[in-house]
Amino acid sequence: MTPAAIDDTTLYAVLAPFAAAVVAPILTRWFKHNAAWPLAIVPGMIFLHFAGFIGPVSEGQTFVASMAWAPSYGVNFSVYVDGLSTLFALLISGIGTFIILYAGGYLKGHPQQGRFFSFLFMFMGAMLGLVLCNNLISLFIFWELTSITSFLLIGFDHLRAASRRAAVQALVVTGGGGLVLLAGFILIINATGEIEMSVLLSSPDIIKDSGLYVPIFLLVLGGAFTKSAQFPFHFWLPNAMEAPTPVSAYLHSATMVKAGVYLLMRVHPLLGDTALWTTVLPLFGGITLLVGTILAVRMTDLKLMLAYTTVASLGLLVMLTGTSHEKALEGAVLYLLAHSLFKGALFMVAGTIDHEAGTRDITKLGGLRSAMPITFVAACLAALSMAGLPPFIGFIAKEVLYYGTWGWLELGLPITVTAVIGNSLMLVIAAAVAIKPFFGPKVDTPKHAHEGPILLFAGPVFLSVTGLGLALIAHTTGVLFVGPTLSSLLGEFKSIDLHLWPTKINAPLILSVITIGLGIALFTQLDRLRSFIASVLAAIGWGPDKGFDQFVSGIVGLSAWITRRLQTGKMHTYMMLTFGFTALAVLLPGYLTNSLPAMPKMPEYRFYEWGIFFIAILGLIAVLIAKTRLTAIVSLGIQGFAVALIFMMFGAPDLSFTQFMVETLSVVILALVMTRLNLSPRDHRTAPAALGTGVIAAAVGLGLTLTLLAITQQPFDSRLSEFFTEYSRSIAHGRNIVNVILVDFRGVDTLGEIAVVVLAGLCVLALIRVRTKPEATSDGSDPDVVQTRKAEAR
Amino acid sequence: METGVSILIGLFFAVAVYLMLSKQLVRMLLGIAILGNAVNMLIFTNGRLTREVPPLIPEHLYVPEIATANPLPQALVLTAIVISFSFFAFLLVLAFRAYQELGTDEVNRMRVAEPENDQTPPQGY
Amino acid sequence: MRTIIFRTIAPYLAALMVLFSIFVLLRGHNEPGGGFIGGLIAASALAIYGIACGVASVRRAIVFHPMGVAGFGLFIGALAGTLSFFKNQAFMTSQWLIFDLFGVEIPLSTPLVFDIGVYLVVVGAIGSIALALEERETD
Repeated sequence: MTPAAIDDTTLYAVLAPFAAAVVAPILTRWFKHNAAWPLAIVPGMIFLHFAGFIGPVSEGQTFVASMAWAPSYGVNFSVYVDGLSTLFALLISGIGTFIILYAGGYLKGHPQQGRFFSFLFMFMGAMLGLVLCNNLISLFIFWELTSITSFLLIGFDHLRAASRRAAVQALVVTGGGGLVLLAGFILIINATGEIEMSVLLSSPDIIKDSGLYVPIFLLVLGGAFTKSAQFPFHFWLPNAMEAPTPVSAYLHSATMVKAGVYLLMRVHPLLGDTALWTTVLPLFGGITLLVGTILAVRMTDLKLMLAYTTVASLGLLVMLTGTSHEKALEGAVLYLLAHSLFKGALFMVAGTIDHEAGTRDITKLGGLRSAMPITFVAACLAALSMAGLPPFIGFIAKEVLYYGTWGWLELGLPITVTAVIGNSLMLVIAAAVAIKPFFGPKVDTPKHAHEGPILLFAGPVFLSVTGLGLALIAHTTGVLFVGPTLSSLLGEFKSIDLHLWPTKINAPLILSVITIGLGIALFTQLDRLRSFIASVLAAIGWGPDKGFDQFVSGIVGLSAWITRRLQTGKMHTYMMLTFGFTALAVLLPGYLTNSLPAMPKMPEYRFYEWGIFFIAILGLIAVLIAKTRLTAIVSLGIQGFAVALIFMMFGAPDLSFTQFMVETLSVVILALVMTRLNLSPRDHRTAPAALGTGVIAAAVGLGLTLTLLAITQQPFDSRLSEFFTEYSRSIAHGRNIVNVILVDFRGVDTLGEIAVVVLAGLCVLALIRVRTKPEATSDGSDPDVVQTRKAEAR
Repeated sequence: METGVSILIGLFFAVAVYLMLSKQLVRMLLGIAILGNAVNMLIFTNGRLTREVPPLIPEHLYVPEIATANPLPQALVLTAIVISFSFFAFLLVLAFRAYQELGTDEVNRMRVAEPENDQTPPQGY
Repeated sequence: MRTIIFRTIAPYLAALMVLFSIFVLLRGHNEPGGGFIGGLIAASALAIYGIACGVASVRRAIVFHPMGVAGFGLFIGALAGTLSFFKNQAFMTSQWLIFDLFGVEIPLSTPLVFDIGVYLVVVGAIGSIALALEERETD
């Protein structure tokens, strides 16, 4: 079905957060943390706008809107609304609404709260653009914009080195991946000639048939895997926990890290269902799932545990997307939805505990359920969904995905086993997060724990209740959200039928029971498991995180080494390098391309012309061998006047006069300055040094002579000069063509040039007046000197 | 017509570069002054040379009767002369002030911006 | 350098050069000359006057600070370019006003104003450099 065109409202919806980013600091100055309430209206309105698409999209319709940006390159700001982008836009704006509220409570009283809101909104806008963009180039721009804004958010607490490191790491990994993605997009554009995603999707085999499938696949994967923190690029995600909790809750639940998954799902019709796809993706996804859950179990920090399970969940999503199996893809979509809701809620719960109790180390927390009842309920609901227990959306997701993996013929068994192990460990973490801080005896916490304000618990409660509600209306959820998204993944319309309770005992149910049993068994042994994993990791001792540090210090070391080689601090080296390469640049191309000029024949010069050449050469030689400053100045003047005469000979009286005046003034100011510079102008070069520099100098001179000869032997394009000559009098009313060009035809150039002259004059004045130490002057009446003294006194 | 001037320009460049490769500030300055002339003549010659006929239109005509010298490079070079002079004056004063402050005219001994034992860049974040 | 003859002649010489420079400036549109050359001649006049009679007397004679003159030149140069906005034309489009005064055709134009701007910039900037260096000589 071809996409229908819609008006520009959707485009403005994407841009609205950027406008909010501008307003946010002002509102925050007025209303302090309560600015969160009016600000949350913006994502709320965006949510409502995209909610309007749910109905038509669930009937299989798609929409496009476009705004010209750089049309000559085919780059437009265009959006493509289908099931997948609608789901993501709803998640981004919906969760975004509560994140804004949560940030209002979490950073209450923070002096930079306005800036924080601003960054959050910019990120939100970038993310919306990313999931909605139809044009590949603008998609890439939003993709990198999310990297940059997440850099700002992760490094928000920029006074701490750990925070800076995490921000740089995230930027390098995801930004670098983005560049790889750009290369992939350019290849797609070159291979297919199409730049709009919707057009590409209408002919799904276009890339597979192009012969460039493998490089495109690998490059797109490079972008997706770095963004979605797939092993071995997973290390930036847990480090990004240095950010304030609202950031973690937003970036690591529904947005930033899901961008990679979004991309894989988006290009699934184009790149998916090939042998390469169904091998590479499940492999890396599976490894990431296991690595993520195992590392999560080791942690005791609530946020880090959640961060590593995020890595694991992303692995699971990539693994499922990699199967290209319809039922498994359905599981992926459901799990994506479920994960966004429960992970967002749990991150906010972790932040609230940290905010109210003063720590988020589970070994130091306990018995908070009476102090924080509302947060406790939200945590339990979210954790049950994460554990995959009924009646939550996480349970349905797990059922469906087991159904898919079990039914996948190629590699069904290993994938299913990986999923079971991963999910049971996920249940362990869910239990640890929900049970450890809230149950058990009350432990003394750094702060006296009590329930947070409504700004803090609104988000977790709403998201976790949504997780429950969507499961209770499972059929509607399937029709409205999962079906349309699945249709986007498959490239054809699908309607699905979801139900919460299993109708019969089948393989997925048995697998679920095994998962729950295994999870509970592992949870009872949590402490032993944790110390075992810690000892294994200590034995390995190296990880990609450490590798990143080595990589960065290697880069810094390399650049320092190169700099020391090239930037010796000696002017002489720089000059030698510069002119050596100049000589090569003017000589080599002519030699290599065999375009050296033909042997010229000396034209007939008149005797006085020979005379002037002779005077010029005489002046040059005199400057070279001058032993005193007076001879140097005078001989410099001689060559300058000779140049003026040459201009005169060849019909340039204006130039000639100017050159005369300039040479006169040059001699005057040289004489003025040189009397103050007490130096011997004798050249101190030794014979070999003189020979070396002489060779470079001669090579430059020869090269430029040859270049000039080659140029003048070409036919001359005189159109421009003829234009000026022809119109100088008729439209510019001037008979001196040179002057007309200067003040009329090319007046703007001249304006720039006289500005340079003014600037040079100012610089000279400043240089003369600047004093490192005050110095008494004889003439106190001079206004300049008095001003200088005043300036110095300050 | 251009051949002789081209060779002369090559000589100008060679002398300018030779002087600029000196380690003494004053010689470098002399080299820069000559380099300015060399570049101006280079641009001038690129527009081809015509003897003695300036690009002026006679009073009673709207276009010149005979072929004149090319006005375009002249316009370019005219501002270039003034600017290279301003630049030269600036460098002259800069060199003079550097000599006053640092007490040397040997460029390799001017190491304020890049000291001998420069520290390696920081390895942290 | 401050011989009695030089010191006596210098003011007249300078005055003559400034007059000549204005002549060169005004005829520049039709004959060799123009703002750049005129400006350089006037700047040389200032330099000569300065060498002969001291920088302080030059500064008194020209009233304004030379950099101020240069700045003013840049200002009117840019201003001359903006007049075309009133006729909805692009920046720097030339405007001409030619009228008859006792049978002599007097052309007034924005390029002329611009050329005067160029003249003032060159006089101001180059003159300022020369005077500043001469001042170093005396202190």
